[in-house]
Amino acid sequence: MDGTDIVVSAALTIITAATPLVFAALGELVVEKSGVLNLGVEGMMVVGAIMAFATGVTTENAFLAILVGALSGALVGGLFGFLVLVLLSNQVATGLALTIFGIGLSALVGHGFVGVTFAGVPSLYIPLLTDIPIIGTILFGQDLMVYMSVAFAIGIGWFLKSTRAGLILRAVGENHDAAHAIGYPVIRVRFMAVLFGGAMAGLGGAYLSLVYTPLWVENMTAGRGWIALALVVFAAWRPGRAFFGAYLFGGITIIQLHVQGVGWAIPSQLLSMLPYLVTIIVLVVISRDSGKQRLSAPASLGKIFYAAS
Amino acid sequence: MHNFTIKKSLAALVVGGLASMGLVTQTLAAEPLKVGFIYVGPTGDHGWSYEHDQARQAMQKELGDKVITTYVESVPEGADAQRVITKLATSGHGLIFTTSFGYMNPTLKVAKRFKKVKFEHATGFKRSKNLSTYSARFYEGRYVIGHIAGRMTKSNVLGYIASFPIPEVIRGINATVIAARKVNPDVTVKVVWVNSWFDPGKEADAAKTLIDQGADIILQHTDSPAPMQTAEKRGVWAVGQASDMSKFGPNAQLTAIIDNWAPYYIERTKAVLDGTWKEKDTFGGFKSGMVKLAPYNKKMPKDVVDLAESVRIAIEQETVHPFQGPIKGQDGKIIVKDGEIIDMGQLLGMNFYVEGVVGSIPK
Repeated sequence: MDGTDIVVSAALTIITAATPLVFAALGELVVEKSGVLNLGVEGMMVVGAIMAFATGVTTENAFLAILVGALSGALVGGLFGFLVLVLLSNQVATGLALTIFGIGLSALVGHGFVGVTFAGVPSLYIPLLTDIPIIGTILFGQDLMVYMSVAFAIGIGWFLKSTRAGLILRAVGENHDAAHAIGYPVIRVRFMAVLFGGAMAGLGGAYLSLVYTPLWVENMTAGRGWIALALVVFAAWRPGRAFFGAYLFGGITIIQLHVQGVGWAIPSQLLSMLPYLVTIIVLVVISRDSGKQRLSAPASLGKIFYAAS
Repeated sequence: MHNFTIKKSLAALVVGGLASMGLVTQTLAAEPLKVGFIYVGPTGDHGWSYEHDQARQAMQKELGDKVITTYVESVPEGADAQRVITKLATSGHGLIFTTSFGYMNPTLKVAKRFKKVKFEHATGFKRSKNLSTYSARFYEGRYVIGHIAGRMTKSNVLGYIASFPIPEVIRGINATVIAARKVNPDVTVKVVWVNSWFDPGKEADAAKTLIDQGADIILQHTDSPAPMQTAEKRGVWAVGQASDMSKFGPNAQLTAIIDNWAPYYIERTKAVLDGTWKEKDTFGGFKSGMVKLAPYNKKMPKDVVDLAESVRIAIEQETVHPFQGPIKGQDGKIIVKDGEIIDMGQLLGMNFYVEGVVGSIPK
């Protein structure tokens, strides 16, 4: 295998490592933009993973599996929405509980699916285009979900910036009392955002169990939900940056493995730490201007909304 | 009369007492022994904890209604472990297996408090009157696998996915390399540390990386079947860890090292039932059946299968030791002299790479 081949296959591995993070981070970004902090991303992801896998194995239909992954993530997100938006429970505590609940529930559902294998999601193949050396497979040889993640990144950016609905969502997240006073349905907007966030986390989980490693093992998300949460802050609540952050994180994760394989004398613990370290450094660099950073965070983030009459 | 009544009632009391005591002993004998297990991972990890739980079930099946087994899974190593072990000890368990290295100190503490309860700790080295330790010589399996890998590789590069730089893992890497270079002096081994026992995504990434860098056989010392699955997809060989992983790599799996704890669990539980249990240290390998190999891949040439079997039998009969000199370090210096066998201290505390490993041990 020569140099370019290694670069191409490293790029392919980076794409698979980044895609679940793109889904989960974009979903959480929309949720936070509406002023809700959902720390249960990990829980929604892992439920999405098992439900998608179970559907994929029983029906052998990859598209249905992806859909069920998204729906089940949304369902768990809806539970969170009901608790924090209707019953006004504490968002941080409820989010943490949601993670624990998701891990437990997925283990219970997944009991019969340990050791079962799934064929995976087919990859795109366009004659000629996919055959172009180097960029062919990278651009035109991915599975459906990778293209979905790119589409979502662009779509969410456009939605938040250029649509009226996006503006309302941001208004609710910035100042829910003012939005309420004007007459926007704060709770309903937030509930929809939470459902969307859940569906995206479910897609991230589905990517893990259908494409990344097409199998089910308990707790297979292994902390990716938490990384997605960090990426939202890293991205200063901007979809484009969240996408970039996910690829940066995935890229460094894969490159450190390559460095180890070559046998460079760098402590592996340091290398494993590197993706997190770089995330923190970039975070520090982009938020040097603390005023600007404060401006980018939704002002009502995590605050409970009391619909005063 | 009065006196007589007292005597009579006293006698009745004594007889009654004796009878009831007899009754008590009888119920004691009939009452099953409660045996508790704690696992570091979920029983569904399809690796380490999975095999411990399989052994628990085998023991339950063998001893039937003489025992009741309970288990607690995914117990973090540390303070939580002590709480869980104490809970098992106070809820009537007579024998408790704690199955991860990090449970060592919590187990010792609880064992000191509950002298009547018997404890068994896996992979540790601290013992007391009611605390035994047990572990397996996985390196014996690795040594056989090294022979197979050395013969089966075409690129002469083996890829090794490692968890944490502890002696047990380093011993496995070295045993593999020593064996592989015996049958094929050109073999080198690339090691990638993922700093986790269990992260399917990362393990798969590590496998892809090693394959991209030219490895055509993937070996793993992490617990998920993800590397096996990746090897299957990419069309290279792989060796399973802790459990038969052929379901995940029907074409890729050459064989797998299987942890077989069942005979030990049955033996030790029987010993408690018979009252013959004594604290001891067990370090079992092929000979005691604690380490086994999964069936060889059908595509392996017959001479490679024969070689693997002859090595396995030689280890079993103790005519061959994986760490028999001459063993050279990475710098080419002799570590174990020709004909000598590595001493136990060096074996248990192994912290060096042998010749043929690429890279250095993370410090």
